[in-house]
Amino acid sequence: MSIKFKKDDVIQNTVYDVYENYDESKSTVEDIILPERDKDKDPILDIRGLGIDFGGLTAVDEFTIAIGRTEIAGIIGPNGAGKTTIFNLLTKVYQPTRGTFLFDGKDTSGMTTTQISKMGIARTFQNIRLFDKLTVEENVKAAMHEEVNYGLASGIFHGPKYRKQEKAAHERALELLSIFDMQDLADYQASSLPYGAQRRLEIVRALATNPKVLLLDEPAAGMNPSETAELMNNIRKIRDTFGIAILLIEHDMSLVMNVCEGIAVLNFGRIIAKGTPEEIQNNPAVIEAYLGKKKEAK
Amino acid sequence: MKMKIKNGRLSPYTKNSIISYGIVIIAFVVVSVLNGMGLVSSTLQGQLVPICAYIIMAVSLNLVVGISGELSLGHAGFMSAGAFTAIVVSGMLEASDMPVIARFAIAVVCGAIVAGVLGFLIGIPVLRLRGDYLAIVTLAFGEIIKNIMNIVYAGVDSHGFHLRANPDLGLEESGRMLLNGPMGATAVQRLSTFTAGFVLVLITLFVVQNIMNSKQGRAIMACRDNRIAAESIGLNVMKYKLMAFTVSAALAGMGGALFGLNFSTLLPIKFNFNTSVLILVFVVLGGLGNIWGSIIAATILTVLPEVLRQFADYRMLAYAIVLILVMIFTYSPKIKNFTQNFMENTFRKKDKKPEAEGGAAV
Amino acid sequence: MIFLTNLINGLSLGSVYAIIALGYTMVYGISKMLNFAHGDVIMVGAYISFCATMYLNLPAWVSVILAMIVCTALGILIEGLAYRPLRGTGSLAVLITAIGVSYFLQNAALLIWGSAPKVFTSIFSALGSSISLFGGELTVTWEALFTLVAAVIIMIGMTLFTGQTKVGKAMRAVSEDNGAAQLMGINVNSTISMTFAIGSALAAIAGVLLCSSYPALMPTTGAMPGIKAFTAAVFGGIGSIPGAMLGGILIGVIEIFGRAYISSELSDAIVFGVLIIVLLVKPSGLLGKKITEKV
Repeated sequence: MSIKFKKDDVIQNTVYDVYENYDESKSTVEDIILPERDKDKDPILDIRGLGIDFGGLTAVDEFTIAIGRTEIAGIIGPNGAGKTTIFNLLTKVYQPTRGTFLFDGKDTSGMTTTQISKMGIARTFQNIRLFDKLTVEENVKAAMHEEVNYGLASGIFHGPKYRKQEKAAHERALELLSIFDMQDLADYQASSLPYGAQRRLEIVRALATNPKVLLLDEPAAGMNPSETAELMNNIRKIRDTFGIAILLIEHDMSLVMNVCEGIAVLNFGRIIAKGTPEEIQNNPAVIEAYLGKKKEAK
Repeated sequence: MKMKIKNGRLSPYTKNSIISYGIVIIAFVVVSVLNGMGLVSSTLQGQLVPICAYIIMAVSLNLVVGISGELSLGHAGFMSAGAFTAIVVSGMLEASDMPVIARFAIAVVCGAIVAGVLGFLIGIPVLRLRGDYLAIVTLAFGEIIKNIMNIVYAGVDSHGFHLRANPDLGLEESGRMLLNGPMGATAVQRLSTFTAGFVLVLITLFVVQNIMNSKQGRAIMACRDNRIAAESIGLNVMKYKLMAFTVSAALAGMGGALFGLNFSTLLPIKFNFNTSVLILVFVVLGGLGNIWGSIIAATILTVLPEVLRQFADYRMLAYAIVLILVMIFTYSPKIKNFTQNFMENTFRKKDKKPEAEGGAAV
Repeated sequence: MIFLTNLINGLSLGSVYAIIALGYTMVYGISKMLNFAHGDVIMVGAYISFCATMYLNLPAWVSVILAMIVCTALGILIEGLAYRPLRGTGSLAVLITAIGVSYFLQNAALLIWGSAPKVFTSIFSALGSSISLFGGELTVTWEALFTLVAAVIIMIGMTLFTGQTKVGKAMRAVSEDNGAAQLMGINVNSTISMTFAIGSALAAIAGVLLCSSYPALMPTTGAMPGIKAFTAAVFGGIGSIPGAMLGGILIGVIEIFGRAYISSELSDAIVFGVLIIVLLVKPSGLLGKKITEKV
């Protein structure tokens, strides 16, 4: 028992160390950082002081960032820092306790997950959530329910409107799948795909909703370095082709540092640093959060 | 961009639809021919319309349990609503000189509409619940419908239609009681025929299978497979669950109308929890989401008690044992593994999984 | 006074539901299955007690113990033969099997005892019919009184059992996380068997108490109380022992009051109507835990 206690003490000490040594006034980064090309437009996501408590526990607090219309941004941080919680807040799986965020200039307070999706935020999940029993193509087509807009009567009678729209949906689904060269897998059941392909299918499905912001939750999880490299290219390609903003959570530092233009570092639910990859790499608070405090530093 | 054109391959839905239609049409033709040759026993003849009704019930319940993924234990309630509505409508139209087939059609449509509206109204509160809680509330609604049918009295005379919660309707001498509380409907004119049942089964198959292969079906199945992901792509989960529930209830009302117009007397207690469960058994045995499976299970299990007649008193006991054994043999993981290994070792089935991604593109 | 009589009758009927619901809830908690055959175990228990007193002339308390022993064995047998092969296959397959078992028990009883109702002699008949209070203004039957007492004792006993004993804790562990419990060295199979055994023994007691108050005993006697008790378990929050108790008592009281003051034909509809309203307000029952899916 005594050993266990000691261990806990050590962990708790580090908690306080980080908080105590983090001085917001010393932060060198301005509140809103956008890539040059997005500067003249309003940010697509303007997140202001977002926070949520579970019971008495504060999971995320004072989360404030802005994301440009074609920016690729990243959230990094140790396990349990609250990264996925932020995605859940942005997609209204959870309603925030404090703060709000503007999407395309519109306040999103009180919206539901469905409304958020209709506005243009799409996401993938850390633990893959596909429609297992549907085929790959159906998974993609299910997400195109806004553009495939015939009613129940057409759905029952399969009239000309049904045929025309289903044909268009089929072609569009294959086109989207071809981003990842997955069009040949269209007829397979989603759950029968290998892990990596399931991750890619989630991205395709998210894209099928025609989003303006794409949230990727650990897209490179479980991938080897060459696959990760390909994924990096594809993330850029998606941004360039669709002209959308991408916010991603990732543990793979090479991916984040290479592909992201702006990075927020989260620890214990709070942003401890924001900036460009170079700024983040040299930020003492970040190094501390990841590697622990140096003795007698500074 | 590469485009692959599927050359003439059938989608799994089309294939399954064809199987379903095939089974029903072939069965209808065979039974009709045998019947014409006088080879169908009178007991089986009496079973033909109930079989059609139960097929409709099973296929419609499969839309909720298999396709929409919600356990419903009150399907008989919608059957009841459809049956008694049809009986009342048919009874009211009896005086008119409308052809029988038109009267039957109107009665069936009314039965479906009433059950559908009921399904919609019940679905709004019920579908907010999940899993077993949803199941118990559907059970509760089924029981409530049964209870209410037990105190409903209806009659028709020259002043029109009367509906009360007590037997004193104040009917004229020439008036006719249509619903008699716990005694149910008596002296119903039997309008249902095997052909009518066949047509209604085809309509049910058409509706359910076409929905499965449409935008709505995809959405319903997506909500079943992963509610959170479905919401994340903007699907209104309640809307699609309600859609499945309402369509299913309307079809059940149709099945009930067919059933109700097949007997000269019908008691409200017929549509109790046991009937709901019986229909659920068809669906689960036939396979969740498998339409032709429901058709076959409903047929076999309706005929089975007759086939087991040779066991006399042990008939229903044998039925219970068959049911348990079939469930264990179809679902037990050990037995499944055993048969799978056996099949693989004997036939060396081709592995249909896509190749593992070696250097596949990311 | 009529009100008080109704209340006592309601509490008594509710106690029977509560005891049955306890079995439902424990089995649900541990194996996540709706054991629809549970109601029929009640019926078997009542028949065993009936036979023991009628044909073997055994004293009432011996007949109850005999019924408990038979039902316990039956419960273990049902679980081992019908449910265990299907463990881990999803609740629907097991549900249908449970329905098969229910058909089996009802039809076996039909073959053995026939369809004509047997008149069950109350196990408290030796005590006289009832006790009068307030100068004869209020009569309480011994059945009602003892049913209430039995329910309270069982409730306390089960709370102590699951809270204090090793087996009880094992049951809770298996309910919480089957796999983790197994890794901690708990024998999951025997723990589940044990749960069925206890649930079935309780069902036997419930059967005897039910038939002491409502003496018509038929092969379908257990069906409706089974459904009501299942409703009670969900009402209170399925998986929760105090919830089953509370749910059972409330359902009994609502049923008797509904019958007395609103409509005798609609008493079941009232019970189910209240259930629906409660679940809409509290979707996981009165004392149930809300389970949220982690995203």
